[in-house]
Amino acid sequence: MAQSHTAEHAHHELGFWRKYVFSTDHKIIGIQYLITAMAMAVVGGTLSMLMRYQLGWPSMISPTLGKIMPDAFAGGVMKPEFYISLVTMHGTIMVFFLFTAVLTGGFGNFLIPLQIGARDMAFPFLNALSYWVFLLSCIVIFSALFVTTGAPLGGWTSYAPLSAVPAAGPGQGTGVTLWVVAIALFSASGLMGGLNYITTILTMRTRGLSMMRLPLTQWSLLITAVLGLLAFPVLLAAAILLSFDRMGGTSFFVPAGIIMNQMPIDHSGGHPLLWQHLFWFFGHPEVYIVVLPAMGMASDILSTFCRKPIFSYRMMVYSMVSIAVLSFIVWGHHMFVSGMNPFLGSVFTLTTLLIAVPSAVKTFNWLGTLWGARIRFTAAGLFAIGFVSMFVSGGLSGIYLGTSAADIQLQDTYFVVAHFHLVMAVAPLFASFAGLYFWFPKMFGRFMNEGLGKLHFWLSFIGAYCVFFPMHIIGIGGQMRRIYDPTQYVFLQTQQPVNIFITISAFVLGAAQLIFILNFFVSIFAGKRCLEKNPWHANGLEWETPNPAGHGNFGEELPVVHRWPFDYSVPGEKQDFLPQTVPATVSAKH
Amino acid sequence: MAEGNGPGRITLSGLLMAALLLILIVVSLYFFIAQPYWFPTLASEHGARIDSLFTAVLVVTGIAFVLVQGALGFFVARYGSNGTERASYWHDNPKVEAMLLIMTAVILTVLVFMGQRVWASIYFADLPQDATIIEITGEQFFWNFHYPGADGQFGRTDPKLITGTNNIGIDRTDQAAKDDIVSVGVMHVPIGKPVRVRLRSKDVIHSFFLPNFRMKQDAVPGMGIEVWFTPTRAGQYEIACAELCGLGHYRMKAALTVDESEAKYNEWLKMAAEQQ
Repeated sequence: MAQSHTAEHAHHELGFWRKYVFSTDHKIIGIQYLITAMAMAVVGGTLSMLMRYQLGWPSMISPTLGKIMPDAFAGGVMKPEFYISLVTMHGTIMVFFLFTAVLTGGFGNFLIPLQIGARDMAFPFLNALSYWVFLLSCIVIFSALFVTTGAPLGGWTSYAPLSAVPAAGPGQGTGVTLWVVAIALFSASGLMGGLNYITTILTMRTRGLSMMRLPLTQWSLLITAVLGLLAFPVLLAAAILLSFDRMGGTSFFVPAGIIMNQMPIDHSGGHPLLWQHLFWFFGHPEVYIVVLPAMGMASDILSTFCRKPIFSYRMMVYSMVSIAVLSFIVWGHHMFVSGMNPFLGSVFTLTTLLIAVPSAVKTFNWLGTLWGARIRFTAAGLFAIGFVSMFVSGGLSGIYLGTSAADIQLQDTYFVVAHFHLVMAVAPLFASFAGLYFWFPKMFGRFMNEGLGKLHFWLSFIGAYCVFFPMHIIGIGGQMRRIYDPTQYVFLQTQQPVNIFITISAFVLGAAQLIFILNFFVSIFAGKRCLEKNPWHANGLEWETPNPAGHGNFGEELPVVHRWPFDYSVPGEKQDFLPQTVPATVSAKH
Repeated sequence: MAEGNGPGRITLSGLLMAALLLILIVVSLYFFIAQPYWFPTLASEHGARIDSLFTAVLVVTGIAFVLVQGALGFFVARYGSNGTERASYWHDNPKVEAMLLIMTAVILTVLVFMGQRVWASIYFADLPQDATIIEITGEQFFWNFHYPGADGQFGRTDPKLITGTNNIGIDRTDQAAKDDIVSVGVMHVPIGKPVRVRLRSKDVIHSFFLPNFRMKQDAVPGMGIEVWFTPTRAGQYEIACAELCGLGHYRMKAALTVDESEAKYNEWLKMAAEQQ
């Protein structure tokens, strides 16, 4: 007893730097991840605004932009190489440094110990190290934007030989080197985090918290960590091989006989498709590394604000496990027209449509949760509902792309851009917003402004559909991805009004996110104080702690769990929620 | 499924969400049925099979889209609350779940088979013997079209011979190369006769995209990839590059003319041969 008091006392004496900066507390690390990723999102989002500006009005001369960014806008017109570097950096930043970082690094770190009734992660120092390596990778990728020879131009997929041979373009020198280093650092950081998440969830659950009593968020974070542990080493290896090709004179991805600017390139024996196989072997599980935690969080939040148990918890868990397993055998659907043996195209079509089955199961279960609910339309609840709508819209277009024969026409068009933005950008973003509005009191002891939160939701919901739905249409019309100026092609000129509509919508959608950023940062200091311990009347263990939770999370004794976290509106009970710590004295089972 | 305590409260947020989902459904139905913007005009034989496959997937996913988004809208409009009411308590229904799961699996299996029939007809069929054969080489940032000429034999090419004017390094001393035609950015084919294209790349990956012909194939350095199509509609078309290949990717285009007769095509070949 005396010892624990001394420990408490010692913690209080931590100075500002140890407490908020070089902290090993999982909650601080989680918040550090969230805020760093938010900063990266501002960068990535700004890049996309510039892209949309160019696509909306490709030949417009803007003296203002010419003055602000003379290197990028020579004479007021955006340079093609600048546009391609926007594409590359936007994709890279959003996929890795926003989504992966927010969902696993941010929510994973913040929520795992709190929701499983532990005092911290299994390896707090490794956890802190994972954040600092992540921050380093952010700085490296950010610096790639300012290389004098140009930012990388290879796309976020960095296909070789474009990425492997520095002579292939202006940004393919130092720019790509920084890209490769950042990706390698990011993979290493992800591995440290993943090890921690798995160990913590498997070994540190509090008494009574069996696996089948875990919130779906925890299941999703566990499965995601396993995916990361199996997928990131492949990316790391590929990135190292790529840097050998670039700097060590090896030829893993570059075949013999390449000629650039009439100059033969001294490589032989590599194969460009090897990079694609390695990249997508990582890349497809990566999609689910982003989508699964979003599904988990949206499920828990949806259930809370529906005041109704999640429909078919077991199927929710099984479908996430099957999605995770299948995600390792579908990568070839990114390569139907790559020159890969067409027989493999048949195999990957089969596995890809197979993965649609568990995804459909999850959708039915969300609808089942809403059926007969009593929905409280908070900002968090609205974003969770919005997640379902976006996931369905984005998921269905995957069936076209997964059907190899239909993909011949659609591959590398805006149809693909529409699909993956809805399903793995907008949907996870909505789930993350739901999570932020929901757990904000837990993080800072205050609420975010609900009115502004709802305004943010409505503008984002309408904005996201106005931006990404029409992209299906121009993709069917044939507009290619990563094209600096679609009006170069006669067959694309008629649909230019759609591009202008998308651009204007994108500006509105982008502006709506400023409302969120303002709300977030002002609320940390001036938001309405959260006086209740459990403001949303939720069942999870995280609500057994004060807001914000102190070091060590729980009081002297860890909570004991008696039930699953979905006992809402149990008939015959006094209140419409039964936290996991309430002993099971009544009829409700689990 | 038990309905529990019946309908909830009508809320402004619920109605607004339902209205937006309804607008989403109506607008998407308009764009996918009235088709104010749609695929580029079809000009190849196999393209018709791809288009009808697309339509089949469109019908299936369209129905699913309307049902799911519609149900979502209906539930949010119907099951709102003022913050005190209780929902109905049920969380499983193995029979319905199994039914939905099997139904989804069956529908997707049917789509797999429909899709694979089209895929097989394009890739697993024997290459046509009586075809126009063209070797196409992509490079940053244009397309080279190599025709064998009157003898039907492609001449020798050698990377060492590549210069600013000899893009593909054709060896003009080779007997078979004497009548070969190399055309930059301009491709002609006769109507109604299969065209076999052999794709190569000199530098990075490009993708040979013929939007009107429902045809796309990456050109990968170090690989020779052969695909074929049969043009069915005479006219002028655009060829695009669909794989990011560097800063000039957006302007890596070429012109394809489907000549309305074999005679017209031969006329062009003759003219092109004179320019070599």
